[in-house]
Amino acid sequence: MRRAAAALLILAFLAAAMANFLAPYPYSEQFRDLPDASASRSHLLGTDELGRDRFSRLLYGARLSLLMAPAAALLSVGLAILIALAGVVAGPWWEHGTRAVANLFLSMPWIFLLLVARSLMPLNTAPAAVGVITFALLGLLGWAEPSRVMVAAATRYLRSDFALMAQASGCGRLRLAVVHLVPNLVPLAMAQFLIATPTFLLAEANLALLGLGVPEPLPSWGSLLRELESLGAISANVWTLAPAVLLLLVVSCFHLAVSSDKCVL
Amino acid sequence: MRCSSLVLTLLSLAVFSVAGVSGPRWGGELRISIHSEPRSLNPSLVDDDPGETYRYLTGGVLVRVNRVTQELEPELAASWTAEEAGRAIVFHLRQGVCFSDGTPFSAEDVAYTMQVLTQPGLHSPTGDTFRVGSRPVRASVIDKHTVKILFPEPAADAARLFDQVAILSKQSPLKENAVLGPFRLAEHKPGAYIRLERNPNYWKTEGGRRLPYLDAVRLEIQQNREIELLRFERGELDLLSGIDPQQFDRVAANSKLWSRDVGPSLEGELMWFNMRPSAPLPDFEKRWFSSRNFRLAISHAIRRDDLSRIVYRGHAQAGIGPFSPANRFWFDTKLAAHQFDLHLAQELLAGAGFRKEGAMLKDSGGHAVEFSILTNSGNRSRERAAAMIQEDLAALGMRINVVTQDFPALIQRITQNFQYEACLLGLINVDLDPDSQMNIWLSSAADHPWNPNQPAPATAWEAEIDRLMQAQATSLDRGKRKADFDRVQEIVWDQAPMLYLVNTDALVAASPRLRNLSPSVLRPQLLWNIDQLYFEGSK
Repeated sequence: MRRAAAALLILAFLAAAMANFLAPYPYSEQFRDLPDASASRSHLLGTDELGRDRFSRLLYGARLSLLMAPAAALLSVGLAILIALAGVVAGPWWEHGTRAVANLFLSMPWIFLLLVARSLMPLNTAPAAVGVITFALLGLLGWAEPSRVMVAAATRYLRSDFALMAQASGCGRLRLAVVHLVPNLVPLAMAQFLIATPTFLLAEANLALLGLGVPEPLPSWGSLLRELESLGAISANVWTLAPAVLLLLVVSCFHLAVSSDKCVL
Repeated sequence: MRCSSLVLTLLSLAVFSVAGVSGPRWGGELRISIHSEPRSLNPSLVDDDPGETYRYLTGGVLVRVNRVTQELEPELAASWTAEEAGRAIVFHLRQGVCFSDGTPFSAEDVAYTMQVLTQPGLHSPTGDTFRVGSRPVRASVIDKHTVKILFPEPAADAARLFDQVAILSKQSPLKENAVLGPFRLAEHKPGAYIRLERNPNYWKTEGGRRLPYLDAVRLEIQQNREIELLRFERGELDLLSGIDPQQFDRVAANSKLWSRDVGPSLEGELMWFNMRPSAPLPDFEKRWFSSRNFRLAISHAIRRDDLSRIVYRGHAQAGIGPFSPANRFWFDTKLAAHQFDLHLAQELLAGAGFRKEGAMLKDSGGHAVEFSILTNSGNRSRERAAAMIQEDLAALGMRINVVTQDFPALIQRITQNFQYEACLLGLINVDLDPDSQMNIWLSSAADHPWNPNQPAPATAWEAEIDRLMQAQATSLDRGKRKADFDRVQEIVWDQAPMLYLVNTDALVAASPRLRNLSPSVLRPQLLWNIDQLYFEGSK
């Protein structure tokens, strides 16, 4: 199962990376004689309400979402590792402090900060830049959840035999953290990364549904899901469901990979 | 005996039940939606659609334009006469009318309302429509039930302007919450809903009972149109107006719901550029936007027919000017929509010093032509129109960024801090007479879209529009007024400060249980006779 999930994820990433070659049309090209068209040989998943090829937009949307969501996850998990290692160097007060701050942070409605940040962006920010900034904000705001896990793990490792032996041998806290603890934290960080990636994919989709995601004409999976706002459009053309199905598939694959990783861990 | 009494009982029951369904039913709550929080519930400061709806439902006016016949009808004023060669209107008020809190209504209240509206510091959009010349409109109380409105210059058809003027109470401690309309404010949860209850002192009666038939109106604040439609289909909302064409097609296909395409409305989608000299924009952008050639080129590069066909599913016509052909008298029949002509657009741009370098259009200073079109989030038709314009203008080498923001943030940008480049919105015509557009066309008006509150007209053509609008507003000769306003429409067509994209059809739907509906192309399309609406059966 894990292999199948990994294979599907690799396939999706490859398709996203090669969107320029695989997409039959530019993502913004409007075939105005064919709005809301059903699937056909020339448009494999039909066209959207402005006559844009849905398959091409799905590929280009995957490029943005599948590259930026892992990048945001990497950012948040990287911050979490740094916080955990800082705790090893600083001592127990850091652990208590970061736990309190993380709990407080998780209780805050950060969606509003995202909305405000989006409305404060200069109006002429390029769509791709808006996408990058949106995911970067998601990554920066996503540190709390993985940091709680990473700090707890670092504290546990600090009390383990190998860490005590290293300290007894005169190993400094900084060296202990970087040389001995980081390799032990990597599998956990990997699991956190796999959990965070689909979370950020869905977060961007939520922002897009509010009309505050990646602006036109650049597609993201979130913006493609906006077609699903209209029940009439779905019933008239089931191909509008394609982005939702693909998002579901990719998120499920990530979760399958995590489940397997947890067993391994 | 038994048999005959049974027959009598059945007969009386039958008569009772027939009588019960034949007459209007009293009571019930009408649930409708508004798409954002009204910026102000003060009737003098209303400048948005939700605020207009609230004012229409609560405000009592001296006269009302019948939205179907388009004729003026008496309301709080039983009659009125024009005097002093059109410089004055004398309103004879109804007697025995009280505000919702029981405060008696008198001529003093009308004078007080006019005084509030014309306060220079208030910047009341309604007050702007009364601007004739530089001197203010004054109200003079003749007796308790007679008031004279004095205009500094002759004002044509000025009585129609009072359709928008909700009378305030001078005496009531409730101030603007004391109302004369069919409903009064009962509860307001900001961001969620406004609940109105029947005004117990409403002056209209039916069969000895005070109207309206309905007990309450609940205005749900619902920004998302799709959720609004779902709630309507589930019966949680009772009527929809200004429906998205795609949604209208869906409602029309449902035989259990009542829907109508009332035909071309006076409303349209339009786009304008920020031409305010003090706007926080680079100087070269200000030069683009103030260039007639630039604006006209963009207008000629937009495929309006595609907008009508694709975005509005055929429920729209290419926009021409301030009024659609639906306004038979005031529409200038000499004008036609700017036709799509890419070659002409390129020539106009070349004439203004723009040139294409590679795929990008650049101005004479070498700046790539890139600007944003701001529109409100949640309106899919508008967002789709913006995406189509973005594609159309790409053919000229322009890079357009479509930006969607929530409505309050957008209004803040276009009216207060002017941090925008171009804006795509709809303008609502509430009246057929051009006088109602004084707040749009006068360069000194607060709602002059592209450069509001000008101390003096920034351009010669704006000065000409000011002069013509003032002239038509003070002339009593309907033919001359028409000629003046035709000239205004021609200047606007020629200078293109606002690009008229499409005029949308009036699309409405309602619960099949709602009675006395009389849809109109004028706003509020289904609510204009709110005091006559009732539900069939109990609610």
